[in-house]
Amino acid sequence: MGEVIVVTSGKGGVGKTTTTANLGTALAQSGSRVCLVDADIGLRNLDVVLGLENRIVYDLVDVVEGFCRLRQALIRDKRLEGLSLLPAAQTKDKTAVTPEQMKGLTDELRQEFDFILVDSPAGIEQGFKNAIAGADRALIVATPEVASVRDADRIIGLLEAAEIPPARLIVNRLRPQMVRKGDMMSVDDIVDILAIDLIGVVPEDEQIVVTTNRGEPAALIQGSRAGEAYRNIARRIKGEEVPFIDLEETSGFLGRLRRMFGQA
Amino acid sequence: MWMRRGPSKQIAKDRLRNVLVHDRADTSPEFMSHLRDDLMRVVSEYLEVGQNGVDMKLQSEDDHVALVASIPVKQLKRARQRSGNN
Repeated sequence: MGEVIVVTSGKGGVGKTTTTANLGTALAQSGSRVCLVDADIGLRNLDVVLGLENRIVYDLVDVVEGFCRLRQALIRDKRLEGLSLLPAAQTKDKTAVTPEQMKGLTDELRQEFDFILVDSPAGIEQGFKNAIAGADRALIVATPEVASVRDADRIIGLLEAAEIPPARLIVNRLRPQMVRKGDMMSVDDIVDILAIDLIGVVPEDEQIVVTTNRGEPAALIQGSRAGEAYRNIARRIKGEEVPFIDLEETSGFLGRLRRMFGQA
Repeated sequence: MWMRRGPSKQIAKDRLRNVLVHDRADTSPEFMSHLRDDLMRVVSEYLEVGQNGVDMKLQSEDDHVALVASIPVKQLKRARQRSGNN
């Protein structure tokens, strides 16, 4: 039986879709059978981040409305054995699906996959309620900004009310140099305020822009800092103990020199 | 000018903490009533208080949030009147 994990954030633009695509890629790379579900009905995006936009025939709403079987709507990623996508509908809106239907859908996917990652839409309305309906656990993506952390706190409250086990936090787009200068909240600051467990930290990485342009998740690329962070989170999802890399530490001779001159 | 205000991260943290005090209280309707009931119970051990005209709220000050309570006091209880002290 597979596990359903919802990726959510409250605020838009913090990297939910990129996170979902990369964690799915990293999990599949490590041998798991993974289905990514785009729950953002009407604003389909996970397909383009994965580079699968030209292969869509049916979508999630077609499945729910009985126009096709679930298997027909799934797109298998040819680059990576074990990775599939269930795309969102682009022409419908969020009310086309109910939480009960989403739960039915994710329960069906559990039979065939080890992990079902549900990419939640921004907000706390029906789309969010659909996305969390069948979830066993939640990953919350937040960037080190006041608005993002505030919305994450609201989401944590709503997940608690929905009786989904304590969510774990992904701090995304961290800029270690700004943290060192005191101009960005640190991971500890955010964890302290939200009072939830951390599952990973993804540094700001220009390569994400490049890989997203190409439709190739960064997790596939060796040497990408963000890609490495996603691979570590995937291992932690599978229960492995992976030490956190201290991105904020000024290490080595050059680091100490920079700090001396106040450039770090 | 803004240099004197110190690192912006501290400002972000302070603003975030203040806004979350209100958010958490506002989104949990039972929070204020539970707090009020518990506080009244404790206060009543020391003071004879009127239940009418009790006002309790979280109020934003310049850089922090304060719990402001106005509770009408009728009489101060003597030590022997206090529960647990007699």
